[in-house]
Formats: sequence, structure tokens, C-alpha cells
Amino acid sequence: MGIGLIHILNALLYASVLFLIAGGLSLIYGVMRIVNLAHGNLYAIGAYVTAWVVGQWLAGAPTVVLYLLIPAGALAAAATGALIEPTLLRPFYKRAEEYQLLVTFGLLMILEDVVRFVWGPYPLSASVLWTDLGSIALGDALYPTYNLLVIAVGGVAAAFLWAFIYRTRFGMVLRAASQNMRMASALGINVNRVYVQAFTLGCFMAGLGGAIIVPSQSAVLGMSVDALILAFIVVVIGGLGSLEGALVGALIVGVVREAGIALFPEIELAVLYLIAAIVLLVRPAGLFGRTA
Amino acid sequence: MSTVVLALEERSPARAAAYAAPVIVLLLVLPYLLAPYQTMLLTYGLVMAIATLGFNLLLGYTGLLSFGHSAFFGVGAYAVAFSVKYLGLASMELFIVGAIVASALVTALFGFVCVRYTRIFFSILTLALSQVLWSLAFKFFWVTGGTDGLRVPTPTLLGKSFAEREDKMAFLAHNYYYYVLVLFIACVALLWVIVNSPFGKALQAIRDNETRAEFVGLQIWRYRWIAFMVSGVFTGLAGALWVPLNGLTTPDILYWPFSGEIVFMAVLGGFRTFSGPIIGAVVYNYLKTYAIGFTVYWQLLLGAILVTLVLVLPTGITGTAGQLLARLRRSS
Repeated sequence: MGIGLIHILNALLYASVLFLIAGGLSLIYGVMRIVNLAHGNLYAIGAYVTAWVVGQWLAGAPTVVLYLLIPAGALAAAATGALIEPTLLRPFYKRAEEYQLLVTFGLLMILEDVVRFVWGPYPLSASVLWTDLGSIALGDALYPTYNLLVIAVGGVAAAFLWAFIYRTRFGMVLRAASQNMRMASALGINVNRVYVQAFTLGCFMAGLGGAIIVPSQSAVLGMSVDALILAFIVVVIGGLGSLEGALVGALIVGVVREAGIALFPEIELAVLYLIAAIVLLVRPAGLFGRTA
Repeated sequence: MSTVVLALEERSPARAAAYAAPVIVLLLVLPYLLAPYQTMLLTYGLVMAIATLGFNLLLGYTGLLSFGHSAFFGVGAYAVAFSVKYLGLASMELFIVGAIVASALVTALFGFVCVRYTRIFFSILTLALSQVLWSLAFKFFWVTGGTDGLRVPTPTLLGKSFAEREDKMAFLAHNYYYYVLVLFIACVALLWVIVNSPFGKALQAIRDNETRAEFVGLQIWRYRWIAFMVSGVFTGLAGALWVPLNGLTTPDILYWPFSGEIVFMAVLGGFRTFSGPIIGAVVYNYLKTYAIGFTVYWQLLLGAILVTLVLVLPTGITGTAGQLLARLRRSS
């Protein structure tokens, strides 16, 4: 029984982090109609900044302070996003989608090396936060307490986001903009401001994903590309532009990955891609997507 | 360079050949002028040019941006590696046949699935399918060698063995260069015929206005499917030619950033012109080689170039050169 519970928790752990990354990607697509290939890099920036703050800059500080500093990575990713959108993405909204993919692919290459330049080629770890919480006994097995914290953060983030999008004025503006940008603009909504806010929020989510997972793994080069591909699978399954879809997609991918690692490790990734391809074939807009 | 641009935008075969002739002569004598290492770099460039030309049949002529062409390049490369490992073959001609058959099968399957969609969904679907192949090559290491890849020894060319030749560099910079050059010229000629044929015109009509093309009576998905296959087979052939040059095939060439590199090459050269991908591939190859030698932050350099390119010069090298030429002509 303990083992089964651990598998479920692991699936939820994957799903929480994936939801944060893919939710951000989906939010950005929903509002701006841009598929940001550099989205994984913002996740990596979140991980690196938190690992650097916790593991190097303030290493040795009281752990309570360090726990409070986990969101530093998310803020750094948000700041990066707020910088990128007006400078690099804004000139592309009126041009063909191909160019948007290309410019974000260029951005991916640039940010990959910026991270290498700032933090060097070696992995950065913040494992002190992970070990500090120890493990908890679940039946006859032990489970790291920190992972439960990650799952909780993922759940809380999903709830907050839902409330934010459906219960606040700003969320209403975002939804209006994503449904019909021209109409929203005609009704007096400042499009440029909505875009930069949506992009910053999406980047914040990706950064938060990186920041909360880094204590249990570590920040390594190449993590951005891997994360991007998984986030892609999630949004393709759930539907580009839909947050509910990102949540369901993240749960599906989390469960399949966990089952895959236990049961069919060789084709675990292939199965995920195949699920994405099949969903695209049956429902091109994803499980929760609107057809454009 | 400008003559190449002129040559291949030319619609009449005789004039196109006349413009292309000096370039071909130059390519024929270059190995005698360049150091072997430089010739080898040029060989890489020509191989990538075949791949990018094939890719551009989709982007430039059919209006579909594939982010999964690494799959077909990889299928070509692994077809060669498997023929060596499991069939014990050594003949380059057999490798090429094998790679063409393998990539035709894979593109027929992938294309059947992908061409139902356009725009962003097409890009993501090609990407997802290419990553299925990547993850299989990555995980089934007892078949594919995993990240260590598979070694491919020097093949025989037209039945002639070069294995006993002590200097592999000399083989690659001379015999193999000419082998690739002949195939490169054949591919360029063939693709030139394809894009100027009624089939090529139909693709361009579909690219420019799908609805009208349908009303004219074109069966759109069928044209796209065939274009997808032709495009992928050229890229697969390039993959087969690439392996002996590299001596080794690894899952890296199936990974999606490699598809991104192919896209990069087409955009660098200019995907709106026929010759753009050729120039883009050769220039990109030099650019990447020197950027890697110059700094460990070569990705940053290339990324900055790509961003600048799409911001300032979206028509690429050939497009910009063509505009400059037109301006010169007008002013004189």
C-alpha cells in the first residue's frame, strides 16, 4: 500500500511542477497567441536563481529565511519576462507566426548561454532545504516531506490562479483579451499593458516551477529544453490557451510518466509523445481547447 | 554569391544552367585551392544544403513550418548505421537506397498524420512525432547505441574501397567531397525541376491561398502529403551522406534543436528564394564552426544573430542581396 501511495504522490509531484510550467505557457498563448520556445529557459532561470540564493549567496542562513526566499527565482523569471516582452516580442505580433517561433528559438539559444555565463557549467544545488525537512513515514515506506510541500504549492498555485482569472477584474480583462483582442482594445483596454502583464505572469509561473523543484533536484544546463518539451505535451493534450487543460494535461502526463518509469521505462517518453499526437489528431485544439 | 541567386531564380532552364555553371566550376576546383579541413567543412555545408533545400520545399513553397525535420535526417543517418551494424553493408550506394526507402516510409506515415493541420499545430505535431523517434533512439540503447551512438566506417564509393587508405581526411576532402558534390548538383537540379513544375506551382498556389486553390480543383491534403514526403526524403538523403563524414551517428541529430538549426539555415539564407537554403546552410555551417572555436558561448552568438535576422532582415541573405541588386540596377 505504501508503495502505491508513493507512486501517486510522485505523479502529483510531477504534475504540480508541470502545471506551473505548462500553465504559464498556455496563459501566454491564450492571451498573446505566441508559442514561447524560450519558456523552458524561464523555468531554468527560476531554478538557478533560487539555487544560487539558497545554496551559495545566503548559504548558512537560518533555514526559515531560506524557505521564505524560494520565490526569489520566480521573481527573477518574472522580471526577465517583463524585460523580454516589450523589447523582443512586441515587434512580432503583426507578423507571421513563423517569425514568432523563430525569435523565441533565438531567445532560447541566448538564454541558455546567459545561464551558463552567469552560473557556469556545473550543477547548482539547494538540497539543504530538501534534507532539512527529512522524511515522513507513509505506511511501510518513507517519503521526503519537501515533495509534499511542492505538491501543496502546485495545488495552491492552481487555486490562486483560478481565483485570479475568474474572480478579479484583472482576470476578466485577461479573459476578454484572450477571446477577442480587437474587441477588448476597442472597449478601451490597453493591449500593450495586458500583454506585458500576461507574459510576466506566465514567466512567474514557470520560474516558480523551477524554484520549488530545485531543492529536490538541482539546477543543470539543459533542464530548460527537457521541461519545454514536457510542457508542450501537457498543453497539446490539454489545449493551448486553456488553464483547466494545463491542469488536466499535467495530471495525465504526471501519471503516465510515473507509471512509465515503473512499468515501461524504455518507451515512457515515446508513449507521452504518442498520446500528444493522438490527442492532436482526435481533437486538434486539445481536450479543453477552443477551436480557433 | 549573387550569381547563384540569379541563376536559381531564373525560370528558363538554359539560363539557369548558364548562371550556375561558374559556381559549379568553382566548386569543382575548390578542393585544389583549399586546405583539406576547409574542403571538409564545405562538404558538411553541401550536405546540410541538401537537407535545408528539402525542408524549404515545405516552408518556402508549401507554407508549412516543420519543427521535426531532424526526424528524417536522423532516419537517413540511422538507416546507414543499421545497414552497417546489422547487414554488414559497406557500399555507399546501398546506404543511399536504404536511407531513401526508410525516410520515404517514415515521411509517408508522419506526413499522413501531419498535413491535416497547418500553422502552429503542424509545427507542434511534427515536433512531437520527431521526438518519438528521438526518445526511441535514446532509450533502446542496445539497438541504437544510445547516446554513444553507432560508428560508421569509411564506405566504398561506386564499389571502390578506400578503407586501406591511411589518411581519412584526404578521403573525405577529396573522393567523398566529389561524391557529395555530384549528388548535391543532382538534388538541386531535381528540386529546381520540381518547384518549377505544375506540381510546384500547385504547392505555391496552396501556400498563397488555400481556399482558391481548392476551388481550382486541387486536392490540397494530397499535394501537401506528397510535398511532405519529397521534402523528408531529401532531408533523409542528406542524413545518409552526413554519417560517413561524421563517422558516427548519435541521437543528437534526432533531437528537436537540430530541427531548429535546419529552420535557422533556411531563414538565414532566405526561405522565399530557391537558392536561399543552399547559401544559408553553407554559411551557417561556417558560422557555427567558427563560433564554437571562438567562444564557449556560441549559442548566445548564434541566437543573437537569429533574433537580429528575423527582426531586421527577414528575407535572409538572398532576399537582402536581391533587394540591393534591384536598387543598384534602378539607380544605374
